[in-house]
Amino acid sequence: MSMVDGPTPLHTAKGDQAAENREAVGTPPGSSAAAVRRGWFGGLGEKWQALPRQKQWAFLIIVVILAYLLPIINPPLISTEPGNDFALACQTMAVWALVAVGLNIVIGYAGLLDLGYIAFFAVGSYVTAMLTSSDSTFLKIPYLWTIPVAMAVTMFFGVLLGVPTLRLRGDYLAIVTLGFGEIVRILATIIPAMKGQVGFQNVGHPPGTDASGVPIFANSNGTPWYWLTLTILIIVLLLAGNLERSRVGRNWIAIREDEDAAETMGVPTFKYKVWAFAIGAGVGGLSGALMSGQVGFVNNQKFDVVTSVLFVAAVVLGGAGNKVGAILGGALVAYIPLRFTAIADYKYLIFGLALVLIMIYRAHGLLAARQQLLAYGRNAYAAVRAGADAKAAKTKAEPGTEAAS
Amino acid sequence: MTESTEETGRHAGIPGVDTDVAEAAAAERDIAVKVGDDLVEVKNLTMKFGGLLALDNISFTIKRGEILGLIGPNGAGKTTCFNAMTGVYKPTGGQVLLEGRVLNGVKQHKITRAGLARTFQNIRLFGEMTALENVVVGLDARHKTSVIGALLRLPRHIREEKSSIERGMALLEFVGIADQAATLSRHLPYGSQRRLEIARALATDPKVLCLDEPAAGFNPAEKEELMQLIRTIRDDGYTVLLIEHDMKLVMGVTDRIVVLEFGKKIADDVPSVIREDPKVVSAYLGEPEDDFA
Repeated sequence: MSMVDGPTPLHTAKGDQAAENREAVGTPPGSSAAAVRRGWFGGLGEKWQALPRQKQWAFLIIVVILAYLLPIINPPLISTEPGNDFALACQTMAVWALVAVGLNIVIGYAGLLDLGYIAFFAVGSYVTAMLTSSDSTFLKIPYLWTIPVAMAVTMFFGVLLGVPTLRLRGDYLAIVTLGFGEIVRILATIIPAMKGQVGFQNVGHPPGTDASGVPIFANSNGTPWYWLTLTILIIVLLLAGNLERSRVGRNWIAIREDEDAAETMGVPTFKYKVWAFAIGAGVGGLSGALMSGQVGFVNNQKFDVVTSVLFVAAVVLGGAGNKVGAILGGALVAYIPLRFTAIADYKYLIFGLALVLIMIYRAHGLLAARQQLLAYGRNAYAAVRAGADAKAAKTKAEPGTEAAS
Repeated sequence: MTESTEETGRHAGIPGVDTDVAEAAAAERDIAVKVGDDLVEVKNLTMKFGGLLALDNISFTIKRGEILGLIGPNGAGKTTCFNAMTGVYKPTGGQVLLEGRVLNGVKQHKITRAGLARTFQNIRLFGEMTALENVVVGLDARHKTSVIGALLRLPRHIREEKSSIERGMALLEFVGIADQAATLSRHLPYGSQRRLEIARALATDPKVLCLDEPAAGFNPAEKEELMQLIRTIRDDGYTVLLIEHDMKLVMGVTDRIVVLEFGKKIADDVPSVIREDPKVVSAYLGEPEDDFA
């Protein structure tokens, strides 16, 4: 099961017909032939890239506002009630989306199949719990301070896991990370200070009480937690975008595409793989800290292998390598069992089937938009795509820019 | 940088060559040796795979500013020699020196940064990246932006990103595929992929550019264009090591040729002498009447 060069989508008569239809409808000028055959939302990424920057921002702002309003609007068909509180469901979805964004850096960008991502989630949860819970004998610090501490500790664990194991490739790495995930869970069981199944109650939360003296960030009050997580998610997305459109992102993708060629092109592959692990781990720890704060209780029961595999499923489902896809995948994987409580017991069956179907019909995930790797590539590509006229104009303009720089 | 004006002048008349490339690419190149001095020294290079002696005590030098051909029949050890030089293999014995600095045991990406860049016999581009992004990965070898710098978009990151677009496009223009800059490299036509490999290697700002069979699968017209390109690269101040099967290309473009057979060096001379060398002829060319000239 390789993220690097997944199977090419099967050519079915239906698929080809769909591709032809899309071509007939017309794709924006300059869209590569590659994008056309990508599936249901094939042209979407290209169309999005073709929009002017202002329109993109305007659209994004509307999406963000809607996302913030989601638990208040509580849309009838989408709502998870009466089975589950919708605001809490939103919080769970946001945490899962954050997990998927973090794991996407490891799997989607650097192409390292990490089956033990739950370990970082667990470490983040435990750091927060042990530093805030009344059951813990450690020193206590305010909840919000535990978030950077949790990230730092998990990043350290990421490096700790990465340095000895990242010399392995592909399947071997997957097995080792799977083992690491189990090690953390078992340690939580056998180390007395981590309290095993008894766990930690009364994990801290951000300060603040409302008029009646009830804490704003109460365990059952999903909306403020959701807003906090969503805000953090947006910040992480922006930072991940910065990394993607930089030397770092390009080096990661180069490693994913061909590690040997990347090394030959001057990419310090080992260093960047460790960075991918560390950054991915940091985001995992961050989401663990948020989850444990909201739930208010941490024990060793929820950090099992199956959840770890669900994390991977979320990334693959959404589209490995695409952070928007990862959000979609993470949110969906969290949402479906909450919305359809009747089938929640069969969720692994359903996700398994969904993954098989996606692998067959949509090997690149639901949203397979390609990542942008150049911070200032838009204009250069636009110039290339504009054709010969623009090219002539550009060669004329180039000596000027050269002198200016 | 005294050279750059001279280089610009030299290419003013060559069509299809971006004169900015020499400046753009050579901007940070700092070569210690003079033109004509030994840039790379391969000393007694030996490579064993178990009981197989793939390279047996090979010694040759690459002089700065020349195009050196490395030829030999199939299985002679040309690519092995390449791999041992560029750090893919760890040589069993002997040394490779670049400007007097020993490259044995140095990590591959550091060898690239030291100034030895290569292309691959079987094309190995980053398929999911556009042509421009592929070249920029090569340019990144000289960039110094850290993860923190990229995360917070510090000034150096912005400066490097902006310059890499210009230099990347200039390099693509130089190899003649600028109009395909936005195409995913796996969707490029074969010839363009070969050219993109050269552009990506040039982007690492090498002192020596090692081309591993760059003309494989080309038709005669494309080979002619490639010869032109290799000459232009040399004229831009690069030193070129060329592995090639095609005799016409090798004879036409190289200044000197090293011939390998069964892991041994059997000849090292200018093309006109190599052509007449009976050992080479019997080992490699077969019949002397072959129309290799």
